[in-house]
Amino acid sequence: MTAPFAPWADPAASPLIEIRDVTKRFGAFEAVKSLSLNIYEREFFAILGPSGCGKTTLMRMLAGFETPSEGAILLDGEDLSPVPPAKRPVNMMFQSYALFPHLTVEKNIAFGLKREGTPSGEIAERVTDIMRLVQLTDFARRKPDQLSGGQRQRVALARALVKRPRLLLLDEPLGALDKKLRQETQFELMNIQETLGTTFVIVTHDQEEAMTVSSRIAVMRAGELAQVATPADLYERPESRFVADFIGEVTILEGRVSGADAVGATLSAMEGAPDLRVATDTLPPLGETAWLALRPETVTITPDRPEGADNALPGTVLDIAYLGNLSTYHVALADGRVVKAQESNRFGANRRGITWEDAVWVSWEEDAGVLLQA
Amino acid sequence: MTRTPGQRLLVALPYLWLLVLFLAPFLIVLKISLSDLAVARPPYMPQFDLSEGWAGVAAFVDALDVENYVFLAEDSLYINAYLSSLRIAAISTVITLLIGYAIAYALARAPRRWRPTLVMLVILPFWTSFLIRVYAWIGILKTEGLLNQALLSVGLIGEPLTILNTNTAVYIGIVYSYLPFMVLPVYATLEKMDESLLEAAADLGSSRLAAFFLVTLPLSLPGVLAGCFLVFIPAIGEFVIPDLLGGSETLMIGKTLWVEFFNNRDWPLASAVAIVLLALLIVPIVLFQRQQMRQEIGT
Repeated sequence: MTAPFAPWADPAASPLIEIRDVTKRFGAFEAVKSLSLNIYEREFFAILGPSGCGKTTLMRMLAGFETPSEGAILLDGEDLSPVPPAKRPVNMMFQSYALFPHLTVEKNIAFGLKREGTPSGEIAERVTDIMRLVQLTDFARRKPDQLSGGQRQRVALARALVKRPRLLLLDEPLGALDKKLRQETQFELMNIQETLGTTFVIVTHDQEEAMTVSSRIAVMRAGELAQVATPADLYERPESRFVADFIGEVTILEGRVSGADAVGATLSAMEGAPDLRVATDTLPPLGETAWLALRPETVTITPDRPEGADNALPGTVLDIAYLGNLSTYHVALADGRVVKAQESNRFGANRRGITWEDAVWVSWEEDAGVLLQA
Repeated sequence: MTRTPGQRLLVALPYLWLLVLFLAPFLIVLKISLSDLAVARPPYMPQFDLSEGWAGVAAFVDALDVENYVFLAEDSLYINAYLSSLRIAAISTVITLLIGYAIAYALARAPRRWRPTLVMLVILPFWTSFLIRVYAWIGILKTEGLLNQALLSVGLIGEPLTILNTNTAVYIGIVYSYLPFMVLPVYATLEKMDESLLEAAADLGSSRLAAFFLVTLPLSLPGVLAGCFLVFIPAIGEFVIPDLLGGSETLMIGKTLWVEFFNNRDWPLASAVAIVLLALLIVPIVLFQRQQMRQEIGT
């Protein structure tokens, strides 16, 4: 078995891209605030955040269309700031694709190679190869307006990849595609990235997309990094309420830390109910406010009080979202707060016999949730 | 698809308009061009007279001939006038393109909120009479005019330049008058161009200059072609500008036509000049139409 790909965990590994204390201001507005980040060779790195969080600005600084107001961006240890976009070993796939409408697919792809003065024989060869890779061979002589959205997306990808950049930037690359095509293309992108070994940085606001394709995700919020982690860590071990809420569905219960021991803490979250038990490595200070983040699939819903559950609270069913494979129940607790519980519909949703307004119990194990202090 | 009588009428209206106001006058001019000069009123023969029946019609058709056209082909004055018109129109179009493209480019790169105002300023001269604007150029270009006074006062020239009544003045007049027809179509193509295309060109290794010639210019070609036709076609037949600003050296077919018609009162010859001019113009007009059509299909 090969070791998992995790250069970020290896202290000896040197990053391909080093973003050092980068700040970007537009007038008085700080789009990116003193941000530091390392990206390693062969990574498929996602920058994820709501619109206006500064993720596009960060990407444009990597491409060279914006210059940092402060700080530096290093590629292989060398400062990129004096290098104009045309001279960077970095290529970008634009959100609008930005295909040249007057050129054929072939010529669009060859554009960058011609600019760097590659011999025409080699251009033809590399263009043919990349067109085969992205399955565009049959469309070589078409103009962009004679292509479907998915084909245009592949032309844009091929055009950026054919220059063999050290770093490929993808700005919302799948945003213009419909859902089914988007999912197929996500896997295509991953295969291409694996085949070529190019470092990819993708900017997206679609958390599902980021989770699917990337090796690591940087979640951005208001110009700062909220958390950088692998998709699984981000989902299972969020460090803040923002990240927990941004990635997937979550229930967040506020409470006060009432006790702590070697394996966990107790949270007093509701009057007249037993304190909630949470397993945690970092012991929070007693008496402080803390939040319990619970993923819906870790919460069980039962008509009666479950035996032996670490935590159980009574409530009434407020809403049921039937998703086909799953059903999500919104359960209102005695004080009005809502806990989401998700159940698989493997054996049919009706078999559970729970419906609106029913009195139910929600329960979860002590290691189901994450205790957050921010 | 079947049409109701109302729809038929609606379709017929523009055709009727063209028939009465375009085709009929054209046929009259064509007929006059085939007639002979006569000291009469109107000053040409034969006249169409229905009272003599079929014999009259036959005599009428018999009297028509193409000798005016033969005369045009034989007298080098007319050929030279046509060629000179084409040359002046072509040179003016090129100058208009160079200046107009620069203006359109600047407009398209201006901050978005300023653009409507700037476009308005390009159109603004149309609000005054064309004739008055050409007259104004006389005041600017004449020997003791504004331009010479300004140049003399800053000491750039020792004695006044002779610009008025030369071909230079005609070029200035045509370029000035037709500039908006170049600026607007070029601006329209540049303005709708996606700016990320230029970033993509830069990202793929183009300098700004290369990006202009490889991306901006090819994409603005439809606007450039439209602008060139809109300047070139009317400039060939231009009469007012060469008459007011040009001199004895300025030979343009519009002026020749005027002289034939009003000074020599040779309506048949003047009509022949007009018909040949029309035939010459049809070539660029058809090209223009086809280009517009292709563009519509393209988008």
